[in-house]
Amino acid sequence: MTAETTLKPRMVGQAIKRREDPQLITGRGNYVDDIKLTGMTHAAILRSPYAHANIKSIDTSKAAAHPGVVAVFTGADMLDINPLPYAWQAAGVPNNANGPRALAHEAVHFVGEGVAVVIAEDRYIARDALDLIEVDYEPLDVVVDAEEATQPGAVQLHENAPNNIVFEWQCGDKAKADDAMAKADMIVKERIINQRLIPTPMETRGCIGHYNGGTDEYTLWMTSQAPHVHKLVLAAFVMGIPEHKIRCIAPNVGGAFGAKIFMYSDYPLVLWASKRIGRPVKYMEDRSENYKQTTHGRDHITDVELGVMKDGKVVGMRVHTYANMGAYLSTASGGIPTTLYGRIITGVYDIPAAHCLVKGVYTNTAMVDAYRGAGRPEASYMIERMMDRAAVELNMDPADIRRKNFIQPDQFPYHNAVGLLPYDSGNYEPALDRALEMAGYANFRQQQAEARKQGKYLGLGISSYVEICGVAPTAWVMSEGWGAGLWESANVKVQLTGKVTVFTGTMPHGQGVETTFAQIVADELGVGYDDVDIKYGDTANTPMGYGTYGSRSLVVGGSAMKKSLDKIKEKAKRIAAHLLEANPADMEFADGKAFVKGSPDRAKTIAEIAAAAAVGANLPPGEEPFLDATSYYDPPNCTFPFGTHICIVEVDPDTGRVDLKRYIAVDDCGPQINPLIVEGQIHGGIAQGLAQAMYERAVYDENGQLISGTLMDYAIPTAAMVPHIETDYTVTPSPANPLGVKGAGEAGTIASAQAVMNAVIDALAPFGVKHMQMPATPENVWKTIHSK
Amino acid sequence: MIPSSFEYFAPTTVAEAVSLLQKYGDDAKILAGGHSLLPAMKLRLSNFGALIDINKIHELRGIHVDGNISIGAMTTYHAIESSDALKATCAILPEAVSLVGDIQVRNRGTLGGSLAHADPAADPPAVMLALDAHVHVTGPGGNRTIAIGDFFTDMLTTSLQPGEIITSITLNPLGAGEGAAYSKFPHPASRYAIVGAAAYVKLEGGKVSACRIGITGAGPKAERQASAEAALIGTDGSAEAIAKAAEHAGENMDVLSDIHAGEDYRRAMIKVYTRRALTAAVERAR
Ligand SMILES: Cc1cc2nc3c(=O)[nH]c(=O)nc-3n(C[C@H](O)[C@H](O)[C@H](O)COP(=O)(O)OP(=O)(O)OC[C@H]3O[C@@H](n4cnc5c(N)ncnc54)[C@H](O)[C@@H]3O)c2cc1C
Repeated sequence: MTAETTLKPRMVGQAIKRREDPQLITGRGNYVDDIKLTGMTHAAILRSPYAHANIKSIDTSKAAAHPGVVAVFTGADMLDINPLPYAWQAAGVPNNANGPRALAHEAVHFVGEGVAVVIAEDRYIARDALDLIEVDYEPLDVVVDAEEATQPGAVQLHENAPNNIVFEWQCGDKAKADDAMAKADMIVKERIINQRLIPTPMETRGCIGHYNGGTDEYTLWMTSQAPHVHKLVLAAFVMGIPEHKIRCIAPNVGGAFGAKIFMYSDYPLVLWASKRIGRPVKYMEDRSENYKQTTHGRDHITDVELGVMKDGKVVGMRVHTYANMGAYLSTASGGIPTTLYGRIITGVYDIPAAHCLVKGVYTNTAMVDAYRGAGRPEASYMIERMMDRAAVELNMDPADIRRKNFIQPDQFPYHNAVGLLPYDSGNYEPALDRALEMAGYANFRQQQAEARKQGKYLGLGISSYVEICGVAPTAWVMSEGWGAGLWESANVKVQLTGKVTVFTGTMPHGQGVETTFAQIVADELGVGYDDVDIKYGDTANTPMGYGTYGSRSLVVGGSAMKKSLDKIKEKAKRIAAHLLEANPADMEFADGKAFVKGSPDRAKTIAEIAAAAAVGANLPPGEEPFLDATSYYDPPNCTFPFGTHICIVEVDPDTGRVDLKRYIAVDDCGPQINPLIVEGQIHGGIAQGLAQAMYERAVYDENGQLISGTLMDYAIPTAAMVPHIETDYTVTPSPANPLGVKGAGEAGTIASAQAVMNAVIDALAPFGVKHMQMPATPENVWKTIHSK
Repeated sequence: MIPSSFEYFAPTTVAEAVSLLQKYGDDAKILAGGHSLLPAMKLRLSNFGALIDINKIHELRGIHVDGNISIGAMTTYHAIESSDALKATCAILPEAVSLVGDIQVRNRGTLGGSLAHADPAADPPAVMLALDAHVHVTGPGGNRTIAIGDFFTDMLTTSLQPGEIITSITLNPLGAGEGAAYSKFPHPASRYAIVGAAAYVKLEGGKVSACRIGITGAGPKAERQASAEAALIGTDGSAEAIAKAAEHAGENMDVLSDIHAGEDYRRAMIKVYTRRALTAAVERAR
């Protein structure tokens, strides 16, 4: 027994509580709306009540004369602000792109589009003055449905987009897919609608613009998932401000789910207005505005065909999708229904021939862009629904048809038929087996049959999914139409007293990055967890990075930090060697010490080395003072988390109500830095995915009015509406990054909608139901039963 | 979500409140729990120059059970759902209000406010119809009592006259042979009723001698179901009799249709929930 080798307990792998939470849940967070600047004014935006209209005139004189109003501006005043750019266009095809302006000029294209802004001493005055603005609109025809918008005779939104088509993009091999379909024993077809959703973060969006006339600098406090990207886009594309003269700060951000990645009209608007009036300008959306103008998600109409053989083997797949893009092309929207959807339609299955055609379409609705999962939930829902559909036609067990078609472990790295980068690693069957075991699948069919005899309708739904996280490398994503990088950065400083500060280019807003990154640092450098701080959100002191979305913070940002930590350790070894008069090549670093190989007593602790480095009086020749390292990491590939979810439901045929009886999730996100945080991400993701299956639906009427425009109409689930979630995990590390991690932020959402819908449809099998559209509201279920 | 400006008054007596109502006329509004009024003002669906907050009028609060049941207009749902006296004499009411919204709504919302507002999807109106309640009001002309059957006149409209305030609601306690129950299909977002059915039955000598059914959520206002009630009276209250009677629910009723539930579905649910409420009411009456 070697008594002296007591290793410090490792922090990585421990389910510790998030260090972010005490501050937030005790009301001591600092959100944009908590910030008050001296002389700050308040903006209220007049929004179009029409979904499509020409603006004939705007009279702002009464509003401008209202006591307490500082200024009123319209779109005509702001023509020096460029239309917002589209950073991700569908690749390799023409994009008939149109971006919104800071305020609409001459025409409006959706209900809620900004038409004029009032800037006033307080928010109440600003709001009152909106009622005094007179706008003369000439209403035009409206189209809200993406398929209808492409039909002859549909009203045209933008001159450069005939038939309202933004792009027609395809992937896969059409001839090969057609050939495979022709040879298939059976073709299973379905129209699958993935309804529009509204992201609904707890905090709405907002910003404060502050122009400093003394330094000619702009500062923007904002609800952002990607402040560096916002800074870059505002400077280079929207406002033409030199990039070093603009600083973006994201303080605490109260949820986002994708919707806070993008450029919005109000960001340049407050900066521009602040310069004009010489005072800071705050704008905060209310919930109604958030619902009307912040981006929505999903909204696909898809016709899909699977070619299957009698033994259950899927040999071909053809997909045709109308993707509703809304009234303009939002920042990243071109990539969502293309790369992040089309290229993963075959899911976890080895389908040799596939083709996908996507039409991106303008309609008179809010812009659609990434929402938790972004493209992958739509793909995953479609293929998993179709596997069940095929199983029913073949009278095959839904677990068996999945097993039959899974990509096998020896096929990785796996190239799918629709041109995605190779799936990095995977082993799909153990997750399916474990989920089936947890669900008691061996006995379920018998229970189901007995329950049916008693008039009870039980159903079980399986969803085996794969997704794409940490989208990279940059060169590939650019070839897919994204207009910048997708690498990530981290700066690590070990201070004189041995405390560590990390500046990350990511922008966590609920992911727990402060906790997980500190866990990694504690282990890597052998310092106390509480001696590590993770900083983010301010472009003035963090290295350029692309922000937090697409489950990339740990995968890409954590890997950048790992590189910096390695550099710190290398430098620490050199300095320790110098202090110990040892050969640098003989040094090792472990457990918080640099020591001479084979004689662990000849060691310097990281604190001693940090002090020596920070003082800098006794360093190796040529060595710079201070333990400080910055790294940028561009992964060689994306990561591909996977798993199987199972839902068990009971349907009340009298009312159509669905009771979620059990929910089982077996996920593989690689090694877990903090299992508690993974669990939380999985739970939250599942809640959002099952909400799509059960409750949520953004509805526009034929005039383009958002009739699900309040939280009294749009049903996001409460905790009481989400069942107990039973989880387990398999662990298959990713070879695509030094941590082996894969990301867990979106998995729950990507996996869950189809687990629920497959269960509901399974429950309704005795009524002859083979498919129904989401959400499975009581009315929808009841009508489905009664239409049979 | 930013209301327009208003003047705020907090009288301590009913008389003061009535005179303020008279003084400000159409521009004035009573503020009770605020859970219907304030959302409408924040969305600027309605704007009022003067809010008369009656929370400080203590005589409007409280539950009194002796010969009959009297509930002050300003009694909150929370007070009702936690009242042992009501659980013992009129269990349907605490049960029904425990299904209103969420705990925050129940801590603020009041029975008087609910009836005065006459939201077509509110729960209390259906229960009040089934229990044949009386609404007591005070106005410029003094006090009067309105039978609940005459109270709801249309969507968001009642027979309250300008300047009148609801002071209390009275009910008869349920005795032997009587039973009442409420069955609700809540809206998943708002928790309001998409359909709510309140049923009261009296059994005498093994036969249903009286029946009242109130339906809310489905139409422009909460309504009694005369033909379903008539179909049950005189029967033995068996499952079959209930099922038959429930088939008449919704007859002669205007039924709403919206994105949450179309007319066909609401009509079907009126029957299902009537059946469920009647079944539970009969069970209790036995
Ligand atoms: C999120 C949410 C969920 C809800 N869910 C439900 C639900 O599931 N079921 C349900 O039934 N209700 C629901 N409600 C409504 C709630 O019950 C309201 O509280 C109630 O309808 C009104 O009562 P109040 O005391 O809040 O009245 P207020 O909002 O203060 O007033 C409503 C109206 O009544 C008038 N008024 C109030 N008191 C008197 C009086 N004594 N005399 C004369 N006029 C008066 C006011 O002037 C006003 O016009 C919900 C509300 C919210 C915000």
